Amino acid sequence: MANLKASLNLRDKGAEFWERSPKWRRVAMAMSFIAFCYALPFLNNPLINTPGSDFQSVLFYPVGMYVLMAIGLNIVVGKSGLLDLGYVAFFAIGAYTMAILGTKTALNFWEILPIGVGLAMLSGVLLGTPTLRLRGDYLAIVTLGFGEIVRIFAVNTDSIGGSRGIAGIPTPPDFFNAKFTILDPKPYYWLLLTFTLLIIWMVRRMAARRPGRAWDAIRQDDDVAQLMGINTRKYKVWAFVLGAAVAGVGGVVYASQILSIVPDQFNLNISILILACVVFGGIGNVWGVILGAVLLAFTPERIRFLSQPRILVFGIALVVMMNLRPDGILPKKKREHFDPNWDTVEESGEGEIK
Amino acid sequence: MRLEIKDLRVHYGKIEAIKGVSIVVNEGEIVTLIGANGAGKTTMLKTISGLRPVTSGQILFNGEDISKMPAFKRADLGLSQAPEGRGIFVGMTVLENLEMGKYNRKDRKKEMAEDLEKVYHLFPRLKERAFQAGGTLSGGEQQMLAIGRALMSRPKVLLLDEPSMGLAPLMIQNIFNIITEINKTGVTILLVEQNAQQALQRAHRAYVLEVGHVVKEAKASDLLNDPAVRAAYLGTGAH
Repeated sequence: MANLKASLNLRDKGAEFWERSPKWRRVAMAMSFIAFCYALPFLNNPLINTPGSDFQSVLFYPVGMYVLMAIGLNIVVGKSGLLDLGYVAFFAIGAYTMAILGTKTALNFWEILPIGVGLAMLSGVLLGTPTLRLRGDYLAIVTLGFGEIVRIFAVNTDSIGGSRGIAGIPTPPDFFNAKFTILDPKPYYWLLLTFTLLIIWMVRRMAARRPGRAWDAIRQDDDVAQLMGINTRKYKVWAFVLGAAVAGVGGVVYASQILSIVPDQFNLNISILILACVVFGGIGNVWGVILGAVLLAFTPERIRFLSQPRILVFGIALVVMMNLRPDGILPKKKREHFDPNWDTVEESGEGEIK
Repeated sequence: MRLEIKDLRVHYGKIEAIKGVSIVVNEGEIVTLIGANGAGKTTMLKTISGLRPVTSGQILFNGEDISKMPAFKRADLGLSQAPEGRGIFVGMTVLENLEMGKYNRKDRKKEMAEDLEKVYHLFPRLKERAFQAGGTLSGGEQQMLAIGRALMSRPKVLLLDEPSMGLAPLMIQNIFNIITEINKTGVTILLVEQNAQQALQRAHRAYVLEVGHVVKEAKASDLLNDPAVRAAYLGTGAH
């Protein structure tokens, strides 16, 4: 068992290889990985094909979309340690912005995109400012409520379609040679992939700098972070807002592809599944989170031929995996681990006055 | 830099933990707050550093009332705390922990090397362990790190919460020697301690806190010889 665990230690081996690589090899590896991602829709490998559903569509939704959202939620949950169970709300706000403005105004996708992202961010501020003084479980409950409120509001508001939702959402205008139509999911996938890569780049830059340090400190000990002079409220709201922005991007792109949306697409399950992607892949490590999202989105589609029992099989696989690797598939660097029994004999409270 | 607390009241929900406490810490002093568990010592420090809201009363820092100021701004003023239980960022290295102590300093890049050197001079062990995770340090080393980190922001007043807690006698001596040394460099210190013996030997003045009240205020050396204090806190009563 110990041997098995050592051989499964992908993270450290991978990180070691990466760190020992010269710059040209890193660039080459990154480039070929990105090229591979862009070429994915043309791959017709029986191993990764999805019998029962269109592989190219699966790449866009759920796989690409889950990856994007998991990266966004990782800013909130993984980097700054805030448990958000209503993440789908920001996705819904992005999607509804696209749907409403796309059907009722002459604005096109590219004009609506910043509005959708802005509205998602604004709702992040509105939700975050009053609630982020709450910690842990309490924050989880409030965000859970927020997610449900957004969905129920959409169900009960007839001017935005009520429970029937909104149909006839326009597709994005042609972009050079790429034509966005319902029949061809490839351009959407490439669009989503491009956004995802941009966001990964931005998040990595940020995490390596002062905001990353502040989030790290807040996650580990909020009080001490304040003592260090960190405006913890500000950084927590920022984490929330950035997470919301990423989900907003996802929502706008999603709505423009699927052409019609209904409120029930934005239910609690999505929030939980995205959170599962983050935890399953390895909280805080962006590559782990991506891998987790790919596996969690792809597996149920891959085993669609099992029809009904597939969710059961999927659930069992999840339970087994989390037992084998409780920190996720690709966890963060191990140095975070702390043995509470470290100070033993020589420093065991003899100094206290009895 | 004078720290003055006037008629401070602090509540946890409906329970009043601090019931009208007034204390003064003059520039250059070591002042200690001693008292039993639950006397309100830690609450006092948390309130001064801004982690607990005040119900009423004033916290005057150099004459300015800071009782409504958020904690992170008080850190900028020159109020620095080594919190109870040390509060080390266990996932960061020793060096990263120390760097965090400077998070909000405008000149942090210029000051960093110089202040690191100062802290390493006080605590050579931290230099040896600079690239080790904070969580892998022993209790004594963590306490050194907590104090060193608090010093990185060039504090004018240093708040120390039970620096001797859970440490071996030799380490306690060591830590208190360093506290005295820090004070001699001109840092005013407010020290909360259960180890009254050590605290009173090192401090200039002391307050005895009992369930949210100050019951005694005196020169530390006088309290060391006070029979009531000896009986209650020094474990060497008259009988």
